[in-house]
Amino acid sequence: MESLLAIVIGGLFTAGFYSMLRRSMVKLVIGLMLLSHATNLLIFTAPGLTRGKPPLMKEEEIASGLSYADPLTQAHTLAVIVISFGIIAFTMVLLLRAYRTCKTSDTDKMKGTAL
Amino acid sequence: MKSLVILPIIIPLVTASLTLLFRRFQRMQKGLGLAGSIALFAASLVLAMNVYEKGIIVHHVGNWPAPYGIPLVADALASIMIILTGLIGVSVATFSLKDIRSGEFQFGFMPLFHMLLMGVCGAFLTGDLFNLYVWFEVLLIASFVLMTLGGRRPQIEGSLKYVTINLLASMFLLCGVGILYGKVGTLNLADLSHKLSISPHSQLVTSSAMLLLVAFSIKSAAFPFFFWLPDSYHTPAFSVSALFAGLLTKVGVYAMIRTFILIYRDDISLLIILVIAGLTMVIGVFGAVIQKEIRRLLSFHIISQIGYSLMGLGIASRLSLTAAIFFTFHVAVAKAALFLVAATIGHEKGSTALEKVGGLYQTHPWLSLFFVLPALSLAGLPPLSGFAAKLALIQAGLKGHHSLIVFIALFVSILTLYSMAKIWTMAFWGPEQNVQITRSEKVRPQKSVQLFDGLSISFWIPLVLLTAVTLGIGIFAEPLLQFCQQAADTLLQPAIYNQAVLTEAR
Repeated sequence: MESLLAIVIGGLFTAGFYSMLRRSMVKLVIGLMLLSHATNLLIFTAPGLTRGKPPLMKEEEIASGLSYADPLTQAHTLAVIVISFGIIAFTMVLLLRAYRTCKTSDTDKMKGTAL
Repeated sequence: MKSLVILPIIIPLVTASLTLLFRRFQRMQKGLGLAGSIALFAASLVLAMNVYEKGIIVHHVGNWPAPYGIPLVADALASIMIILTGLIGVSVATFSLKDIRSGEFQFGFMPLFHMLLMGVCGAFLTGDLFNLYVWFEVLLIASFVLMTLGGRRPQIEGSLKYVTINLLASMFLLCGVGILYGKVGTLNLADLSHKLSISPHSQLVTSSAMLLLVAFSIKSAAFPFFFWLPDSYHTPAFSVSALFAGLLTKVGVYAMIRTFILIYRDDISLLIILVIAGLTMVIGVFGAVIQKEIRRLLSFHIISQIGYSLMGLGIASRLSLTAAIFFTFHVAVAKAALFLVAATIGHEKGSTALEKVGGLYQTHPWLSLFFVLPALSLAGLPPLSGFAAKLALIQAGLKGHHSLIVFIALFVSILTLYSMAKIWTMAFWGPEQNVQITRSEKVRPQKSVQLFDGLSISFWIPLVLLTAVTLGIGIFAEPLLQFCQQAADTLLQPAIYNQAVLTEAR
């Protein structure tokens, strides 16, 4: 399962970087989204996957030697999903604002930072 | 006593919430924002005093024992950086009262400003790598909005680059953190340092080190990843760019010092950092020399000065780390002062392009003085703070037999002096230009106390404060140097840090 996910992560990174390198701003944001998905999957997969086990248990269950899924990884992934949701929402607004201000979505034509 | 550690996070949070409530009442917002920044500065000084006397203070958030919970750790390094945050926070908050447009206050300048300060303090205090990422995001999102506040075209374009590159950096950071967790099974800095010191580094640990190196290099604008900074830092409101120039890149440097000394500490990555340091210094200053706009020129100097801090980190001896921390403090203060001078010039002349301003020495002799002091400090002339910082760095370099980097550092100092002299000759000595000041760019005449050169008192207080600090830590360098040395000692003996964090009884 990990090796399959590794391929998926690699594919997502490739697609993300490719669309970031395009000139369109919309593709830039799509690239960022793909990259954030790839990162989420990476931090989820890196410690190894545990199948069909609960992350939270009672103390006596742990004492009896039942195995469990790492709760910290799940917590990290959840936190990152929330953060990247917020960030992507901001980027979308920025994109809209940039389109309205610059009247173009071509990043090559945005050379107005010189004062 | 332990709750002291949490104050630098709580104070900005409370201030931000209160100023958000009183967003529509501008006087209230300004007053609360200023009071909050003063309180933060005071708290930072008290915290530093306690750390200086009693050593590391640890607070386990929610009473979860380390390494399971997230500790907030105030050691000497963190408290020096917190003082820096407080100092620059108070200066920029004062300056912004007359600098930021009323519409931008309406939009919530003060809440965002304090959110940014909270993120910065959190990043300095946290003892957990994942939590560091979260604080980075907090300060990033606040800085994104601050940068676009106003919505002029250069701002939007600049922040598009800023946002994209910084998000990319966050992803690199996160990948590094994820891989490290997968390999070591902990993200508590003390626990990481302990576990990595007893087992040899595996390949995955090294690759996570490189991912973190790239992430922090982007954040601190080191050599191959610096290009976003001069393209965006000159676009936002003056106070905002002074704040960014003073603080944001320093968070990256801090994170690099923390991770590469405390956690990884392997010679190869320190060597890479040293090479990056040399290139950063040279490329930054070359970029600065050809610039013709004050804020852009200073932005390139930020990059160049980051190289010095990294040089201290790369050599990684006791003296060099002391020097690096001292230098980071000095450069943040001097740089914020210079950006505020540039801001004042911008308000007075309606432009910060060197060709359009001139004759400031005649019209604003006092302002010239307050430009020259931080400028010479940046170049490293005695008795200003830059001299003490650079002297310590050069000594550390010579002691460690790194003569090439010492040569580069001295060479870059001369070019720094040259580009400061360029601003001086063009903007201050040069012939006066008759520029039409457009209404929107000139500060609206307001009822305010005016001091020397007809500038408002809220412009003078931060300039005098920052210049006094740069003079003060230049002439009386000993106390701060000693504190920096304490910080370097703690960094080089991770056992102290680890013991304080891990064995702390609740």
